[in-house]
Parts: sequence; structure tokens; C-alpha cells
Amino acid sequence: MAYHSFLLEPISCHSWNKDRTQIALCPNNHDVHIYKKDGTKWIKIHELKEHNGQVTGIDWAPESNRIVTCGTDRNAYVWSLKGEVWKPTLVILRINRAARCVSWSPKENKFAVGSGSRLISICYFEQENDWWVCKHIKKPIRSTVLSLDWHPNNVLLAAGSCDFKCRVFSAYIKEVEEKPGPTVWGSKMPFGEVLFESGPSGVSGGAGDGAGGGWVHGVCFSHSGNRLAWTSHDSTVAIAEGGKTSTISSLSSETLPLLCVSFITENSLVAAGHDCYPVLFVYDGTKGSVTFGGKLDVPKQTSQRGISARERFQNLDRRATSSETTEQGLESLHKNSISQISVLEGGKSKCSTFCTTGMDGGMVTWDVKSLESALKDLKILFLCSQSLKSALKDLEIV
Amino acid sequence: MSKNTDSNQFRKVDVDEYDENKFVDDEDNGESQVGNLMEALQAVLKNPPINTKNQNVKDRAEALVLKVLSAFKSSDIEKAVQSLDKNGVDLLMKYIYKGFEKPSENSSATLLLWHEKALSAGGVGSIVRVLTARKTV
Repeated sequence: MAYHSFLLEPISCHSWNKDRTQIALCPNNHDVHIYKKDGTKWIKIHELKEHNGQVTGIDWAPESNRIVTCGTDRNAYVWSLKGEVWKPTLVILRINRAARCVSWSPKENKFAVGSGSRLISICYFEQENDWWVCKHIKKPIRSTVLSLDWHPNNVLLAAGSCDFKCRVFSAYIKEVEEKPGPTVWGSKMPFGEVLFESGPSGVSGGAGDGAGGGWVHGVCFSHSGNRLAWTSHDSTVAIAEGGKTSTISSLSSETLPLLCVSFITENSLVAAGHDCYPVLFVYDGTKGSVTFGGKLDVPKQTSQRGISARERFQNLDRRATSSETTEQGLESLHKNSISQISVLEGGKSKCSTFCTTGMDGGMVTWDVKSLESALKDLKILFLCSQSLKSALKDLEIV
Repeated sequence: MSKNTDSNQFRKVDVDEYDENKFVDDEDNGESQVGNLMEALQAVLKNPPINTKNQNVKDRAEALVLKVLSAFKSSDIEKAVQSLDKNGVDLLMKYIYKGFEKPSENSSATLLLWHEKALSAGGVGSIVRVLTARKTV
């Protein structure tokens, strides 16, 4: 687990290139900085200055090596590397509020931008006019779209929004692709069709009183595209399986709300948020239940030195507990909320490394294998180790 | 409900007050007297008036919950909280915070005791759910 502190400012968003040697990130201002890995150090090699507002989303297309960025100035730019310089192309999104998140589709022929104008812009390149055109998905989104994730078939798009719902839309553009085959989410997929919508009343597993719901911060399709996970501001994480309409399993967690989520195998996901450490969740398909797998940030056990009577009273005075730890700060690697998780190696089916960035300006790469061994030693595993073992077994690389 | 068939008083009864959406008053009074507080707690947390817009109902429910909570001995609170499931703990948190809004002489102390136990059972997440809930108790 390597922690690298890039800056003191929060990292708004980041994206890696194909071979994971370069990272593009936004240091909470109008630019995008690209850093290159040099041994153990990171050197800034490019600065992309074009936006007039904070850059809220960056995505780096691995195959075509293009970067798309979107910002609060209501614009998106597609950057291509010409020689040693990145050249921007403006994409007119026709939105009147800030753009919030952007994502390339798996085949990289289109990208989606979620914005505060309560719509999603799907942009594709039109060859005749040599520019990017966008189409809008408006209904039935009622508030800002916070997060997006594409289904592997390049047509379906999951969107989490501030109107407390997570939806799957069809973003089928007939100009750039053929009709997709049927999937578990549905077979008729005209542009803008809603194939799935979660609602507070649709939750069958967890929050039974149906009166809950919070902004949906992060969404993620599994590798096969059959499962969709989302995290919400009411500290819940939910998974829906396509096809069986009301199979939504959710777990009300005991932590602060989670901001980002990613599948690391077909049955387990990693999520992180305001609690500053990543958490593992395990999904049992047969029982349709989500269970908490464990905290993934295992701080080294410092030797417990005895606490003097004076310190005990001081603690009582300052913190109303005479506890042993004189730890003032957080024990986790990240010292502030984690805002984004990205899978580095192994894809979403057998992830072996993933990376998190947060509001403390730091980036941590987590190695799943070493976490596995650390977790096995942990005596905090209070859940049925059976499901955890099966989840961890998926991760073993043959 | 009048037994005197000559009287027209029944026309003044507000039928909505007796809607089944609400908890049942009677069983609780009986239970607390007998001392079976655990069941009183379960009963009072069943059918919370979340969906009604009638403020009266919500106030009555809250007063009843408060009565049951204060009737518990401090040592029994922990056991009572353990007997609730996740949804119950969330609901209990909602009532605790509702109770904090209108403090009376002794209520805050008992509520704080309950809060501490409910927090250890539900974690910070249950408090977040109180804050983000759109239909309050």
C-alpha cells in the first residue's frame, strides 16, 4: 500500500493511462496535470489548461489514448496527443449548469457527461462535420447526475443522481453502432429508454420502511454487466441483479456515507467514502444478500505502551474517555474523505490492484493480494468467513 | 363513540384519528404497568406513523415512545437495544433525535443513555440515516 501525497489540495478527479505509467488529475483548480511515474517518484510532464472552471471529471481512454475532461464551465474537451503536446477539442454539451462526471464508453466511440442540468449528454464524433455531437437523455431525471458507468455492451449506461435514484439508460446511437443484442436488463433499447430504476420504495432487502434514500454517489456495473452496485448518502450500499426486476439487496452500513464503489470480482466490491478507508462488501447471489467484508485499511498495530495516571486524567478532561490511545489523528492512510476509486490491474473481474484518491491530495495504490493476507490475520472478521473466503478465492490468479 | 343513540355527538368524531395506520394505544399502557417493558418497546416501535401527514398523530406517537424509553432502567437499556433488528435501531435513533428536539426536565438524560447504546449498535450510519430520511417519524 503505497501512499503518495501529490498536493495539499483535494484531488477532484483522476484517471490512468493504459499501461498505468501516467496519471491525469485535477488539483482542485481549472487545470489538469499529468504526472509520469519515474521509479518511486512522480514527475509532472504536462499541464492541460483550457477549462474556465474547476475540472470535475477526467477519463483517459486506454486504446485510443484520448482524454476527455469536463468542468464547471459547462464544457467538455477531448484531448489528443499530437507529438509531445495535448491538443484540446471543444465539445458543446448544450447544458446550462456544471458538468459533474464523464466516462468513455468501452469501445471509446462515445462518452457520457452527467451534469447539474438534470440530464446526461451522450457525445459521439460525426465524421462528415468533423466535430463532436451530443444527444441528451432528460426524462425522468429530476436532479443532478452524480455518477456514471457504462455496461460492457457499449449501449447501456448506469447513472446515479441526486433525486435518490439509480437508473440504467440505453445510450444507443444508431450512427455509430449496430443494434445491441438483448441483455438481462431488457431487449428493447431505443435511445433514452429507462431499463431499470431503483427507488426508495423498490428496496426489498434493507431499509424496509421505504422512507429512506439519499443521493446516489457512486455506481458500478460488474464485469459481466449483470450486476449493478450503487452507494447512497444514507450510508447504504445496494446491488441489483438485472432480469429479476425487484431483486435489490441493500445493506445499511455502520459507516459514514460511501462516495465511490467498484466491483473487484463478480461477487465482491470495494467502496470508500467519508470514513477515509476502503471497505470490502461481499454479495451472495444465491441468497441475494450483501454483507460487510471488512475494513481494508489495516493500520500497523503499534505497541501498546502503558498510560500514566496523569495522561488518563488529561484524556478524561479533553476527550471524556480515559482510553489508551493517545492517537490524535486518523489511523487510516488517507487523512480525508476518499472521493474516487479506480481499478488498476486485473479489470473488474479479477482486480489485483486498485487506487484511491481523496480530499487530502493523496493517492494510495492498494494491492489486493497483500490485503488478503492481512485480512486473514485480522480477528475483526465478524462475518461468516465462508462467503469471505469464496470472495477471496475469486481473486486468486491461477 | 357514543352509546346513546339519541345524541349527535358522534358526528363530531374525526374518523381519521382512528385510522389503522397508527400504533395502538391501549396495549402499551397495560404493558408498562405490568413491567414488561421489552414488549412495550417492540409494540411502540411497530407501525411508526411515517406516512401520515397528521402532526397530532406523530406527536402522540413520540410522547408514547418517550414514556416507554424513560420507564426503562439504565441497566436494561443495552439488552433492549440488542433485541432490536437493524431497522428497529434506525427507527429508535429517529425517535431519540425527535425527543432531543423538545427537551423536558429528565428526558435528555435518558435519551442520551439510549443514544449511546443505539450508537454502539447502529454505528454512525444510523445517525446518517436519521439525517437523510425524507419521511420523518
